[in-house]
Amino acid sequence: MIRIVLPPHLRTLAKVGSEVTVEVEGTATRNAILDKLEAEYPMLRGTIRDHVTLKRRPFLRFFACGEDLSFEPADAPLPDAVVAGVEPFFVVGAVAGG
Amino acid sequence: MAQVRVLVGTRKGAFILTSDGKRENWDVNGPFFGGWEIYHLKGSPVDRNRIYASQSSGWFGQLIQRSNDGGKTWEPVDNKFVYDGVPGTHQWYDGTPHPWEFKRVWHLEPSLSDPDTVYAGVEDAALFRTSDGGKSWHELSGLRTQGTGANWTPGAGGMCLHTILIDPVDPRRIFIAISAAGAFRTDDGGLTWKPINRGLRSNHIPDPTAEVGHCVHKIAAHRSRPNVLFMQKHWDVMRSDDAGDSWHEVSGNLPTDFGFTIDVHAHEPETVYVVPIKSDSEHYPLDGKLQVFRSRTGGNDWEALTNGLPQRDCYVNVLRDAMAVDSLDDCGVYFGTTGGQVYASANSGDHWTPIVRDLPPVVAVEVQTLP
Repeated sequence: MIRIVLPPHLRTLAKVGSEVTVEVEGTATRNAILDKLEAEYPMLRGTIRDHVTLKRRPFLRFFACGEDLSFEPADAPLPDAVVAGVEPFFVVGAVAGG
Repeated sequence: MAQVRVLVGTRKGAFILTSDGKRENWDVNGPFFGGWEIYHLKGSPVDRNRIYASQSSGWFGQLIQRSNDGGKTWEPVDNKFVYDGVPGTHQWYDGTPHPWEFKRVWHLEPSLSDPDTVYAGVEDAALFRTSDGGKSWHELSGLRTQGTGANWTPGAGGMCLHTILIDPVDPRRIFIAISAAGAFRTDDGGLTWKPINRGLRSNHIPDPTAEVGHCVHKIAAHRSRPNVLFMQKHWDVMRSDDAGDSWHEVSGNLPTDFGFTIDVHAHEPETVYVVPIKSDSEHYPLDGKLQVFRSRTGGNDWEALTNGLPQRDCYVNVLRDAMAVDSLDDCGVYFGTTGGQVYASANSGDHWTPIVRDLPPVVAVEVQTLP
């Protein structure tokens, strides 16, 4: 069971709480968990990754276990602690303010 | 008694304002989609409970929302806008080629006969259509590929397709406008298109009378006379009496002919409204006085409408999609400002009152007249 923490606007859009959990078969990679997330919550398609290229939207970053995973390959295995559900996978929006 | 529903898109959500036919007391509902930019929302003319909204964000991209109950509840529908084929390039601000990139939906125009068919004008400029209520969108690529697309350039606000007018007599005829490419028309339902910019003059471009390159801000028409078009260009208010084949200037006695929005009275095809803005470098009213100008002669002769509008220290803007009219016997006129006010007139503009004063900056105003 992999825990995903979404930014507040996407929680509202998907009508979910602070965490979403997904299960993936095979190796848990960033693309695999986002594929599963989008399959279960279709309204999130296009909001985290581009529809066609699957590239991360520019104002979003991915973090887990205190590390910035945004520039890791999308098909790289996620950290063991994320796969075990000990640590969540964070989708984080760029901070906006004055 | 008839009701009026005003659909307001703002930088931070959508609002729905409702009143009875007297248009004196208003209920304000919202924000819907709080924190998101709502560039436009519009109801189907054949199913007034069906409303579509364009919801976007710099962080999360584009969403399209649909309501089947007059805006009480909403559901996200498909948000996949993919250009047909290899999109190629248009010109960037510096004249270099720049790849076509989808950014957002500026305008949603529901079909006049089918609530499931909607046209979407997008940035970078292209026209999309759904015929299944928003479950899928497909580009009408004949516009983008009609031959001049490689020469189109963005305006300061982006290369947006912001105006979509469907001819009520012949729905195969559609007019669209793009900043800063100009106006275009199809006569075959969107398969083929041609530029309709003859008569426009834009002194800020290398060839002031070029076939394309004009910064058209908005086009409006009366449904009884679809061949008569009124245009607010970057500078100049223009008129065409031949479905856009030629244009002539009707700025007349306006104190400034720069502006963004334009609309036509619901029952008087020669009565036109504009909101003059000081200049393209100072996007606020002249002398701090918010004035709507009305022509009852189809242009050239304009009168200032100021009753109820601030006449000092007012420096708001009125954007291109932020004016609309209702169809009650005494035509109501509505507009929203970047200062968050939505003004209403229940008597064709003779007197104005604010429905709300403190919304986020208003981007779009549409009106539904309900039986």
